[in-house]
Amino acid sequence: MPGKLKVKIVAGRHLPVMDRASDLTDAFVEVKFGNTTFKTDVYPKSLNPQWNSEWFKFEVDDEELQDEPLQITVLDHDTYSANDAIGKVYIDIDPLLYSEAATVISGWFPIYDTIHGIRGEINVVVKVDLFNDLNRFRQSSCGVKFFCTTSIPKCYRAVIIHGFVEELVVNEDPEYQWIDRIRTPRASNEARQRLISLMSGELQRKIGLKVLEMRGNAVVGYLQCFDLEGESGLVVRAIGTVCTLDKLSNTSAFLPACNSPSKEMKEIPFNEDPNPNTHSSGPSTPLKNQTYSFSPSKSYSRQSSSSDTDLSLTPKTGMGSGSAGKEGGPFKTLLRQQTQSALEQREFPFFTLTTFPPGFLVHVGGVVSARSVKLLDRIHNPDEPETRDAWWAEIRQEIKSHAKALGCHAVVGYSESTSICEEVCILSASGTAAVLNPRFLQDGTVEGCLEQRIEEASPPGCGFCHIPYDELNMPFPAHLTYCYNCRKQKVPDVLFTTIDLPVEAIVIGKGCLIQARLCRLKKKAQAEANATSISNLLPFMEYEVHTQLMNKLKLRGMNALFGLRIQITVGENMLMGLASATGVYLAALPTPGGIQIAGKTPNDGTYEQHISHMQKKINDTIAKNKELYEINPPELPEEIIGSPIPEPRQRSRLLRSQSESSDEVTELDLSHGKKDAFVLEIDDTDAMEDVHSLLTDAPPPSGFYSCNTEIMPGISNWTPEIQMFTAVRVSRLGNINLTNQTLNKNFNDLCENLLKSLYFKLRSMVPCCLCHVNFTVALPEDELVQIAVTAVAITFDKNQTLQANKAPTEKSQQRASTDNEEQLQFPLELCPDPLASQPSLPAKEVLEGATSQTGIPAAQRATSIDYSSFADRCNSWIELIKLKAQTIRRGSIKTTASLDKTSPLAEGYLRHRSVPSCTNSTVSVVKMTPLSFLPGAKITKYLGIINMFFIRETTSLREEGGVSGFLHAFIAEVFAMVRAHVAALGGNAVVSYIMKQCVFMENPNKNQAQCLINVSGDAVIFVRESELEMLPVQPSTVVSQPTSSGGDVTT
Amino acid sequence: MTSDLDIFVGNTTLIDEEVYQLWLDGYTVSEAVSRRLRGGLLERSGTSVSVLQSDTRDHFRTFQMLERLLHSPPRLCQQLLFQIPPPRQAALIQGYYAFEPALARELLGKKLSKGTKKELDEVSARTGLSLRACRRQFDNFKRVFKAVEELKGPLAELIQQHFLLPPPLARDYAAIVFFANSRFETGKRRLQFLSFGDLAACAQHMMGHWTQGAMTPEAAEPDGDVPRSFLQDLKELKVLVSDKDLLDQHKSLVCSALRGKISVYNEMETNFKVLDPCRSDHWSLGDLRLFLGSYTTAPRALGGFRHQLLWERYMAGISACLLRMYHE
Repeated sequence: MPGKLKVKIVAGRHLPVMDRASDLTDAFVEVKFGNTTFKTDVYPKSLNPQWNSEWFKFEVDDEELQDEPLQITVLDHDTYSANDAIGKVYIDIDPLLYSEAATVISGWFPIYDTIHGIRGEINVVVKVDLFNDLNRFRQSSCGVKFFCTTSIPKCYRAVIIHGFVEELVVNEDPEYQWIDRIRTPRASNEARQRLISLMSGELQRKIGLKVLEMRGNAVVGYLQCFDLEGESGLVVRAIGTVCTLDKLSNTSAFLPACNSPSKEMKEIPFNEDPNPNTHSSGPSTPLKNQTYSFSPSKSYSRQSSSSDTDLSLTPKTGMGSGSAGKEGGPFKTLLRQQTQSALEQREFPFFTLTTFPPGFLVHVGGVVSARSVKLLDRIHNPDEPETRDAWWAEIRQEIKSHAKALGCHAVVGYSESTSICEEVCILSASGTAAVLNPRFLQDGTVEGCLEQRIEEASPPGCGFCHIPYDELNMPFPAHLTYCYNCRKQKVPDVLFTTIDLPVEAIVIGKGCLIQARLCRLKKKAQAEANATSISNLLPFMEYEVHTQLMNKLKLRGMNALFGLRIQITVGENMLMGLASATGVYLAALPTPGGIQIAGKTPNDGTYEQHISHMQKKINDTIAKNKELYEINPPELPEEIIGSPIPEPRQRSRLLRSQSESSDEVTELDLSHGKKDAFVLEIDDTDAMEDVHSLLTDAPPPSGFYSCNTEIMPGISNWTPEIQMFTAVRVSRLGNINLTNQTLNKNFNDLCENLLKSLYFKLRSMVPCCLCHVNFTVALPEDELVQIAVTAVAITFDKNQTLQANKAPTEKSQQRASTDNEEQLQFPLELCPDPLASQPSLPAKEVLEGATSQTGIPAAQRATSIDYSSFADRCNSWIELIKLKAQTIRRGSIKTTASLDKTSPLAEGYLRHRSVPSCTNSTVSVVKMTPLSFLPGAKITKYLGIINMFFIRETTSLREEGGVSGFLHAFIAEVFAMVRAHVAALGGNAVVSYIMKQCVFMENPNKNQAQCLINVSGDAVIFVRESELEMLPVQPSTVVSQPTSSGGDVTT
Repeated sequence: MTSDLDIFVGNTTLIDEEVYQLWLDGYTVSEAVSRRLRGGLLERSGTSVSVLQSDTRDHFRTFQMLERLLHSPPRLCQQLLFQIPPPRQAALIQGYYAFEPALARELLGKKLSKGTKKELDEVSARTGLSLRACRRQFDNFKRVFKAVEELKGPLAELIQQHFLLPPPLARDYAAIVFFANSRFETGKRRLQFLSFGDLAACAQHMMGHWTQGAMTPEAAEPDGDVPRSFLQDLKELKVLVSDKDLLDQHKSLVCSALRGKISVYNEMETNFKVLDPCRSDHWSLGDLRLFLGSYTTAPRALGGFRHQLLWERYMAGISACLLRMYHE
């Protein structure tokens, strides 16, 4: 009996009218956990009931605590007939199970019904008393922390990054059970929601067990997805990176003895003078803690017995860097050996992280990906996970071998996804092959100091660009040059990666979002024939996506892609490919060549004229883009670099001159006959279309930038004003005589228009950057394309940008030093941390005390001023309205006391809270962002993972405003429920927020629609940096109830 | 390729003030789009008509969802569905409850019933407001009226509390409720020259001087009504008019007090009771104020007049109203 769960139902408000006769409701609440249910009294005839219940206590073991959600049902009592359900609240109590996160969940939760949406709110308090469990063979994994964030969380330090963890659970989908034919849609939806919640809990517990087995204490970059396989089942699967994390008790006070405060300053000169002779450390000590092995069921050697069609391929998009540098030679070998030994003990040396501690990433090879087409109706034992495990193991094995081919031992920025249509499923995995520094991969207490030198051998800001593979034995044809930064090692001409831009990378100018979009029609077919045709199409799609990306990259005058994500979606009669990435100009890589168009029929005069016209347009676009993204690399004399690439200035001159007459084109062909010039051959109308479509990508309007990575190179002075949003569009492709061309055009227009409309919507935030722009494509039905975008718009300060526009090296140093926070996570490179020697769950009590001191009161403060940035704008708007409506005379809005009588905490807080203008708000602000940080703020505490799954259904689609009204309301409801949960945990933001799934189905004829949404993120407490400075040491008495900062009472 | 579904949901609800005003003014989406086009938005933002349409539709949908909450402003502040910064919430409420004075003038003193609502198309034609805007404003009046009908206390403050309106707007609503309650016939031709502002001010004066709330703040009756007891008492004052003696005495007292102070003394006598003609005789506002002051205080010197307090209470209200009404 290692845990006691306590629940108190305080009150409800704004309940719906359930009794038409009296226009009132007789509400009571059922509280259910596992198989135990408690009930409150009926609070008669009120829409704002005050139950003030006793504490309902559930005595449960911690395994149950991890798996089960707390289920709260609000009902209307009816004497004569069955009680009507008003709605439910599911509360994941996982955050209460580890002491560093939340201690209590308390606040107003929206009461949610899958048919009616949100119906009022309920105030609940939840606590858990955990008893220490000494049982070593326990089935629970309480205490393992989970983070969605794909970098080391801000207030932690990575002691060891252990590696990959995965798990998968399968169950029958309630929607496909026989009982579904006789139960109501509500019952069916609730069964599904509950099942997925249970499965998520179970999955998380199982992953936690693996983490403990690996001697880690946390999972970072945790990505959980579900696959609706239909008849064959419902799969919930997750991957993540196991780490041992240490909490930084207080970042500002964190100045260990042997580490001077100006550490990062010191490091830079050290980096600039790499000393290759210091690599004296011997082969690394055998690893003590990598004894982790997968369960036997996952042995990937076993072939899937089904006769499905398999197809896997790697578009060898990756480029790497050379090992040819003379000084680097023996040293590199040593490094490789070390890393190898560290990684070879892992079955899959994969990391779901996309941002790394400085120095972690030694070299980047390029993107590796694998896809496989499977038939779901051929699963022998659908209720067991074995078959799917085998599928994924196969794909991972392939990824691993691709990485090896690139001379890399590890894959970073790793992710997995599926696309299902009927019985066909495409499994995809992708990542970036890389060579890693072994220092972080083992218990490097003492070695840390020695090995640190090794990493410094690669110069800062360009080391990761150097090729990891052998120059003479390259896995694919690539064009290598000496690094433009250090001039010692070889680099490829372009670099594609799935990770975020490393902090130390030297970038010239700004980056931009680059997308490749593609559709391919396929015949409707059954089973194997269908799988075969899909398999046959995939390589062509990958190739075209890659070509498009390459062209668009060159069109922008850039040479590297980060955050590359290629999504291939399968539908009944077509495949869609959407690749998104952030293009940048890496200073270490050569200037990209232009795009050269070559016509096929040189004798046709008008044709040639047309070609030359196109060529001019392309050249103009490149020139314009260079200006727009401020790409002006320093000019280097050719002899220094020894590069065969023409000097940029010269080239652009040539390009400009060429359009005058058709004769010149041939001349110029010669001048561009060099290897790096990218030649597009226009041999048919298709190719012409492709070139046209290249040019249709409109640049964002002035003042806007966009990227799909965490940070935008070239912009650092963010303001705290952020706006996270989700936009969804569903378009009908209409006519039946579709060709690939019209499809491509339609798809392209759909994406472009969506982006345009985002820019327009957010125009008041200019100058602003859309960060972490995440597109997902679905083909819900024949002829229907659904695109969902989630991103965050962040305003930046334009004036400072101009100042910051200095020489590239200077800039990167500046960035490295300004980004103290980043650095402070790993401040112990030179000295062993006293805590590091302690096992996975270190001195909680000590740290806990220290953090909660600053954390909670600060957060409260943050909440109350949060809107200050809006205030000015709103004021001016109020003025406007005043002008329009003559009756409104000048006057301030009077501050009145809160009308909220339902919250017992309210009054106490009202007294010591001063609030600016509007007053009756009892809702605290919760920020949401897909990024792992909040600009201008410091995350002081992680409160736990948010992982929520909702179903919404309607049988009165028209009445709810049609499909748009329905989905608009649902997404707003999802946001509201996420915010409410975060607030109840005592948090004021969600970071690394992601909408993993949005499955929308409609049947307009029946006036019905259904939607499933799955979202996740990390609940945090943040404090504005400006306040942090003003905050001295907080007296520990202020700790009080963290709940109050959350749910109910502001102002 | 048509977009069936097209939505944008921000964590902070995005609200475009211009579109909000168009929505409040009762335009349809396509009307609003063409208005925005005329405003030159396309040129300024370099976007396309389809983007503008999608944006307008999206905003209108948001407003429709918000409307339910705007009907009960405290709920707007408590609800969890839309995260809206408080200053913006205030602006939304203020915008929603703002009304066209011309419309309010039309409806002043009328019963806020279904019948009146049906007549709104005429009002719409006369005021140039769209029928939708008229309906919204009418519904606002009715909603505020219903909400405070049964409540006790000072009307304007009650409205301010229940609808979170800025005080001046709350006072205007109080006036509307007051007129709706007392059914003053403000539609008479002779009163046509009075604007809503005039009448609202009068209502405030009347409430200020005559209602229970004005006498005892914790009054048992709502403020919208002039207390019956007061109206009863007023009958006592009739002596001032009906009793010839008292009338004459009163008249002479006022006349003597004002002799030499009022430039239009000659006309004063004739205009003694009916103040309407004052205008035609070009009294100045100052003159009128002096006259009323004297008229109020004069009965103190009248023997046998026992209702001086009541009289002064009555006259304070009347005087303030008359002064307000007295303009071209």
